[in-house]
Amino acid sequence: MILLRNVTKRYPNGHEALSRINLSLDRGAMAFLTGHSGAGKSTLLKLISLIERPSRGQIVVNGQNLESLSARQVPYFRRQIGIIFQDHHLLHDRSVFDNVALPLVIQGYRQQEIARRVRAALDKVGLLHKENAEPVTLSTGEQQRVGIARAVVHKPAILLADEPTGNLDPHLSREIMQLFLRFNQVGTTVMIASHDLNLISSLGKPMVHLHEGRLQRREAEA
Amino acid sequence: MRRRRALTLPPVHARFQAYAINHLRALVFSLGKLYRAPFSSALTLLVIAVALTLPTLFHVVLDNLQQVSPQWSQTAQISVFLQDSVADEQLPALATRLAQRPDVAEALPVTRVQALEEFRAHSGFAEALDTLGENPLPPLILVTPALDHRSTAAMEGLVNALNNIPEVSRALLDLQWVQRLFSIMEMLQRSTLILSLLLSLGVLVVVGNTIRLDVQNRREEIEVAKLVGATDAFIRRPFLYGGLWLGLGGAMMAALIVTITTLLLSGPLQTLSQLYGGEWRIHGLGFRNTLILLGLGALLGLAGSWITVNQHLRHIEPR
Repeated sequence: MILLRNVTKRYPNGHEALSRINLSLDRGAMAFLTGHSGAGKSTLLKLISLIERPSRGQIVVNGQNLESLSARQVPYFRRQIGIIFQDHHLLHDRSVFDNVALPLVIQGYRQQEIARRVRAALDKVGLLHKENAEPVTLSTGEQQRVGIARAVVHKPAILLADEPTGNLDPHLSREIMQLFLRFNQVGTTVMIASHDLNLISSLGKPMVHLHEGRLQRREAEA
Repeated sequence: MRRRRALTLPPVHARFQAYAINHLRALVFSLGKLYRAPFSSALTLLVIAVALTLPTLFHVVLDNLQQVSPQWSQTAQISVFLQDSVADEQLPALATRLAQRPDVAEALPVTRVQALEEFRAHSGFAEALDTLGENPLPPLILVTPALDHRSTAAMEGLVNALNNIPEVSRALLDLQWVQRLFSIMEMLQRSTLILSLLLSLGVLVVVGNTIRLDVQNRREEIEVAKLVGATDAFIRRPFLYGGLWLGLGGAMMAALIVTITTLLLSGPLQTLSQLYGGEWRIHGLGFRNTLILLGLGALLGLAGSWITVNQHLRHIEPR
């Protein structure tokens, strides 16, 4: 599902964020990306979601060689991916419902279909009763769950999360991770960057460790 | 994973449906945004309206002048002064000859004596003439050009032709003021054109600036939208509609202002035209020109936002 071959990312200022990364994640698998901040976790996720392009090497996601995608095709490519950030990137001028609906609105779904899917996604993250709330009135954990609902509302094949529990207490973090496990169970390929080793090592999923842009060890082949 | 396939776009019918839905949403959304910020929207609309009103008013004024000026040139007469050697008895025959020309409607002979009488009656130089003893005036034929030969060029041609007749000393077109008016109007026409271009540019800038602020205010939204797979067209659309509404709204206000102005002016102008013995009414913008104004306004708004959005959208990418 996700395949990186010899991927290097060097920024214009000379900093090499990733060096010769080889990585593969099968369809329906789930893996954690660990490492200190600055180790290149975010860069790796950005390369997979085409927010950035690699300096060298090849990335294949869901059967598509990212190199061959033109700028015009990028939006359609991104619709196969759900992305979750530490900072949830919610829009504060609209309700929870409208935030979650955004990916469907963009894809031109009909209103009834949008309502049905948004409620289903909110239900999955346990926030159905908050659909009319403003994001600012929610707790940090709830905001993160809204972000997750938005990432999964269009049923993407791949879910990428960058430090999704970074701002949460251990209890909430565990809840969020359980949520990701559940999405994985229904067939979504999941890749999560996190430095919360305590939490993720208890989940029984393979971990990939990044150190200064290099892959250090792979606990188990995903 | 093993299966390599190219990224395919969604099927055509689905894309078309999504396209239509997206257009409708952008349309409603952009209108709603104007409605939610009534004060700033009204200000922007007013600026655009004023910029569109000025050239439109110029145009209406010119249009009215052009309607009226043929009436003025109808009063045109060519004074054909004859050689001193032409006797009064020859006058009627000569006048008839001139009247037979296709470009002449009427030729009225005026003898030396008649001319002197008229001059004496109107000029106030009666005593001065008396001291002269001899009649200094030449015989004269007043030529009225045919109706279809009253353009400036045709009348000039006629004057030249008349000047070439041997008995004619000098043919004078008493139309210099009409020609001046025509050249003034031509100047006004060019000024209107230049003014229109400049103020159109102004509308482009005003709309562009408004949309630019809007783009900057919604930067975060644009980033998130791009992140979840919004195409550039999707993101552009509400801004384009926004520009369109601004241009169209401004044009509607301009049409209203121009109509009110012509209504306010029509009374005094009618009085004025009656004083000049004329009978003409002020012409308003008219249906066709109103449509053109609205279309141009909408087009300018659309163009202004198009230029701005394309310029700024490129720099907003998810980080």
